[in-house]
Amino acid sequence: MNDFALIGPILAAMFAAATPLLFAALGELVVEKSGVLNLGVEGMMLVGAVCGFAVTIQTGSAVTGFLVAALAGAATASLFAVLTLFLLANQVATGLALTLFGVGLSALIGQGFVGIPLEGLPKLYIPGLTDLPVVGQALFGQDIMVYLAVAAVPLVHLFLYRTRAGLVLRAVGENHTAAHALGYKVLRIRFLAVLFGGAMAGLGGAFLSMDYTPMWAENMTSGRGWIALALVVFATWKPVRAMLGAWLFGGVTILQLHVQGLGIDVPSQLLSMLPYLATVLVLVLISRDVARIRLNAPACLGKLFHPDA
Amino acid sequence: MSLIRLEPRGQASKTMVYVTPLLAVALTLFSGFILFLAMGFDPVKALHAFFIAPLTSVRGLGELVVKATPLVLCAVGLAIGFRANVWNIGAEGQLTLGAITGGGLALAFYGEGGWWLLPLMVIGGAVGGAVWAAVPAFLRLRFNASEILTSLMLNYVALLLLNYLVHGPYRDPDGFAFPESRLFEADAVLPILWSGTRVHLGALFALFAVAGGWLLIARTFIGFQIKVIGLTPAAAGYAGFDQKRIVWLALLLSGALAGIAGMGEVAGPIGQVTASISPGYGYTAIIVAFLGRLHPVGILLAALLMALSFIGGEAAQIAMGLPKAITGVFQGMLLFFLLASDVLIRYRVRFGTRRAVA
Repeated sequence: MNDFALIGPILAAMFAAATPLLFAALGELVVEKSGVLNLGVEGMMLVGAVCGFAVTIQTGSAVTGFLVAALAGAATASLFAVLTLFLLANQVATGLALTLFGVGLSALIGQGFVGIPLEGLPKLYIPGLTDLPVVGQALFGQDIMVYLAVAAVPLVHLFLYRTRAGLVLRAVGENHTAAHALGYKVLRIRFLAVLFGGAMAGLGGAFLSMDYTPMWAENMTSGRGWIALALVVFATWKPVRAMLGAWLFGGVTILQLHVQGLGIDVPSQLLSMLPYLATVLVLVLISRDVARIRLNAPACLGKLFHPDA
Repeated sequence: MSLIRLEPRGQASKTMVYVTPLLAVALTLFSGFILFLAMGFDPVKALHAFFIAPLTSVRGLGELVVKATPLVLCAVGLAIGFRANVWNIGAEGQLTLGAITGGGLALAFYGEGGWWLLPLMVIGGAVGGAVWAAVPAFLRLRFNASEILTSLMLNYVALLLLNYLVHGPYRDPDGFAFPESRLFEADAVLPILWSGTRVHLGALFALFAVAGGWLLIARTFIGFQIKVIGLTPAAAGYAGFDQKRIVWLALLLSGALAGIAGMGEVAGPIGQVTASISPGYGYTAIIVAFLGRLHPVGILLAALLMALSFIGGEAAQIAMGLPKAITGVFQGMLLFFLLASDVLIRYRVRFGTRRAVA
């Protein structure tokens, strides 16, 4: 009886836990579709998290906080874009640099904000619907960012597969030489894609610091940026599958919290390993099908492009 | 057309390979100057407190070597992998595992140690790190899974494992439930090499790693294969080089070295197993590897510089109240500037519009 009553809150918590991953993964998906591999998601999320939090504390406006978080994520991403696109730096190394830099910068910005509590976002309440048993709270009782993340999924899908701009972006990611020969501005398109990825990572980070666990702590993303990168592979670069993947990981995160509540005696540290081990497992399951990865991965992913060369 | 453009060099510039790290350091110092100014600190004083003051005492110089030791050990291994396009970013986890296995041996033989215990701990640490690194190697070769993501995920797993152990099986039975192990006995502590400092035998291990890494890369056929795979994987394929063997070698070697570094931390400056044994050496080692141009000797110099950023951060915090987080910002900026200025190795900067198509 009690176990059944838990399902509603667990579902609701799962969607919330999936939201930062979904924002970050959707952003990175668009970046990778344009042929760029940005490993700096973790760093951009942290910068977004700390900037969103700091601005919300100071202005009292969560809307401003999220906007600034997106801008801050995009600004950090622009460093990566300038280095890899215009200065032709190695994308793997630069992405790592972005994460290391983001960890340091966010810690520096956030030093005056550690331990300050923040009120999370208000939850939606629709009389009747939110009160529905089991699914009511999960589907109709979340806050606006959870819905925005889900709404971004069809938007990104439509953009990529139903608009001309999306077609061009995919073309750039599949064959930048041909796209360049056709007169498309490869670098400009990739630059915009990287900025979008940064903004989405910033939003994902800000969701963590402003809503999910409304506070700032150093390194509070604890690997979610990397899990988002793995999710893009897991999704074989498809937005809807990225959403399913994010829910799956949201579920694993929540499961780990509830197992102890159910009275199963496992050390908490071992349970906390679950999301990371699940990421490895999921990567293995999806990557073993080499043909499928090769078919779906953007052909120019991670390759440098120099218009004069 | 743009006023500034990049013109490919016919051949990579040998000079620039050595100039760009210095340029990156100069740009980082300049940015640090601006950053300190913006934060309301006297920039000259702050930079002095950060980068000069720690070097003016024997103790400070000793700490420099103590911090450079794990950085060198990790970075030499990472560099060999990076040269062969094996992106092991799990040095932090491999270091942690080395501390767990090496430190575990010290605790297992507590009270019954002998001269053999330290060598056993070194081997144990190396095996622990290598086993941890073998997982991404196996998953990449058998299942095509990106070693970047798997090795990184294992960092978190290793830290949680360490945290579990110091709260449970490793905890000091007489320690009032503090999450740390007993202090190691003398038989399990690395001897001090330089009295008055904390410089321990691990520094010699680091020098051996530099020499060994150089020999491997410059003087062996395996080193040659690593370089070819890194530069042109296709050519390596035609030449019939066993790329799988190189992936195994790169990961096992870097894992073992990182494991020794972790064992050196618990058996050296820390002297017990605690929940936090590394301020991010495994991640900083990535910067060290690049800054040192993936060359063992360059890594030695780069490690000393990055070690300075760690102790400088601590010193400036004490002397001027500068936030310690600045260390991370400096480290990140340095890698950024290095990657940015590396464009000069393969390209010339030209001003003005292009006149003729070459």
